[in-house]
Amino acid sequence: METKNIMIVGVGGQGTLLASKLLGRLLLGKGYDVKVSEVHGMSQRGGSVVTYVRWGDRVSSPIIDKGQADCILSFELLEAARYTEYLKPGGRIIVNSQQINPMPVIAGMADYPENLGEKLGTLEMHVDALDALALAEEAGSSKAVNLVLMGRLAKHFDFTKEEWMDAIEQSVPPKFLEMNKKAFELGLSA
Amino acid sequence: MKTLMLGNEAVARGLYEAGCCFVSSYPGTPSTEITECVAKYEEVYAEWAPNEKVALEAALGACLAGKRSFCAMKHVGLNVAADPLFTISYTGVNAGLVIGVADDAGMHSSQNEQDSRHYAQAAKIPMLEPSDSAEALSFAKLAYELSEEYDTAVLVKMCTRVSHSQSVVETGERVLPERKKYEKNPAKYIMMPANAKSRHPVVEARTKALTAWAETAGINRIEEGSDISCGIITSSTCYQYVKEAFGDTYPVLKLGMIWPMPEKKIRDFAQTVQRLVVVEELDGFIETHCRTLGLSVSGKDLFSNIGELSQNLVKEKLGGTVQAGASLDENIPARPPVMCAGCPHRSIFYVLKKLNLTVLGDIGCYTLGAVAPLGAIDTTVCMGASVSGLHGFVKAGEEESAGKAVAVIGDSTFIHSGVTGLINIAYNESDSTVIILDNSITGMTGHQQNPTTGYNLKGDPCTKIDLESLCRAVGINRVRVVDPYDMETCQTVIKEEVAAKEPSVIISRRPCALLKYVKHPGPICSDPEKCKGCKACMNIGCPAVSMVDGKAKIDNTLCVGCGVCKQLCKFDALG
Repeated sequence: METKNIMIVGVGGQGTLLASKLLGRLLLGKGYDVKVSEVHGMSQRGGSVVTYVRWGDRVSSPIIDKGQADCILSFELLEAARYTEYLKPGGRIIVNSQQINPMPVIAGMADYPENLGEKLGTLEMHVDALDALALAEEAGSSKAVNLVLMGRLAKHFDFTKEEWMDAIEQSVPPKFLEMNKKAFELGLSA
Repeated sequence: MKTLMLGNEAVARGLYEAGCCFVSSYPGTPSTEITECVAKYEEVYAEWAPNEKVALEAALGACLAGKRSFCAMKHVGLNVAADPLFTISYTGVNAGLVIGVADDAGMHSSQNEQDSRHYAQAAKIPMLEPSDSAEALSFAKLAYELSEEYDTAVLVKMCTRVSHSQSVVETGERVLPERKKYEKNPAKYIMMPANAKSRHPVVEARTKALTAWAETAGINRIEEGSDISCGIITSSTCYQYVKEAFGDTYPVLKLGMIWPMPEKKIRDFAQTVQRLVVVEELDGFIETHCRTLGLSVSGKDLFSNIGELSQNLVKEKLGGTVQAGASLDENIPARPPVMCAGCPHRSIFYVLKKLNLTVLGDIGCYTLGAVAPLGAIDTTVCMGASVSGLHGFVKAGEEESAGKAVAVIGDSTFIHSGVTGLINIAYNESDSTVIILDNSITGMTGHQQNPTTGYNLKGDPCTKIDLESLCRAVGINRVRVVDPYDMETCQTVIKEEVAAKEPSVIISRRPCALLKYVKHPGPICSDPEKCKGCKACMNIGCPAVSMVDGKAKIDNTLCVGCGVCKQLCKFDALG
């Protein structure tokens, strides 16, 4: 099969690494060749962060280039807008509608663009927006945004719910398992 | 068993399987996880050393004592370890010695973009270059075989994309070789001129032997292609970009050992293709080698020696077409990294800026004090340069230096290279003020223990270096400790110490806000009734504070309640 590509984008500290770890584990279990690329270090400190998840019969490059992503999973609205060029024509963006001001906006040197969600809808792509923060808080913690988004992403996969739940069990600490499972369910049914 | 592993984790697995017994490293992105992962194997002794030079020398000692040893660092760490590196080339090893070095093309988390491959050539030490996690594992094991067979340290060169990408590996069992007893051998291990003179020819002969090995080694492999109009020589992550862009179209010579490189194999490959192209990141290292062989070759005429390559770039430069997706016609503000909410460094930089001081900075999270709106740092060069640089700045400067300049350096960086600069300040008597930002952890690289934290790499309690005693012991009489959350006291103390006519150290002590054991009071409340919209609270650059409709608003998901913004509000609107 042709290699499939998901980009996970967001703000350092939002839990994008856990999302990619979970996906990687699930896909490997399904027998695919998998590559997951992360960036650690300075950009994790509240900067724009990108993780690439690729799977297929044989995956070479660890990164996704412009025009190659089948799906972008964005933890924040501005970050979705930043990376649209990486999407294939007709690709899908799943976006948490939460807005987090970057420092240039906080410092008054730039404005957070208005109505970004609507503007994304004008491009040649499927835009699936949801308030993942509110759902995460409903599940019990604002930190569960990643699992809400995983739930939403799961709609577009053929994997069974058991397979997803297994991957979640292997990826999150037992103490937070129930809360994370609930967040996943909320994302799935949202 | 098949499993997904980060490149760094796979190196660690390779070390484990190869029977490595001793690891000493200093953390540095993107190399850190090699040592963190290998420390999880009970059979391997692993430690954080104060710096890379100490780490490499410790690893040399361990290999002389007869056990396979290892040392990891980032590219700039190899500069620090370069002194032992060049002479280890002469002494060779007893048991195997492998050195991991991770480059950071694209400077995701580094102060420069140096190409470590030059070190292999300059120090005459062989260098292997894996292109994914499976190779990271197998090359780490191979490195020990080469090390012991050719009596040399071996470099394993990683890069951000190999270190921090997970790919599939097949793990094996650990095989522990028998310890090689240490035997005295002054002619080999005492590198004074008479002995070193006889070792240099040994190094040259070894390089010849390794070049011969490179001609037939399986890790330097030719992959056939259907179109011989172009043949590509490549290595590391660039190999993956080439395969992604062209599949099996063009023949590829994939180099697993990047120094020394084969000669005949490259010449033979060149003869089978109509056009020879080298695809490599940063400098034209392979390309230069091809030119010395008299080959006509393309490389840096196509690909920049700045930044990373990618599959699209490779495709485009070799005649293919690529298509980017749609983008919004919109100005998307950048999102640079920032100090976290509650970061204990923030208030110090606010005070330094307010006092209009020249600030010589260093390497760590606190380098972010350079970013607006704090904008409080004047220089950042390398580990320790703040302290030693301040001494020169104070000695040579006039109206802008004495009493108007300070150095800022983190606890781990101070132990790495700051303390020697402080000894110089004390010994040569400059009226310098050094601020040690002691957040009780090595922060930027992801919370590693260091000699000032009281814990070792394995997480066990250990000797804790007392910074106050250390500073006094090297001759600093004025040593003061402040809590960075108390801005008024910080300001008073900084003013007093920069005015003092002798060297001084201020230790700003509060643990990193992200440490799990740190208890926070919880988010601050903003009162829109009291807020006058003066924006004084915005000057600290806290990601949790923003202005909404002209009033300060606190983001409850980020705010930890450090109370620094509260100290700036004259209207009692934050509480």
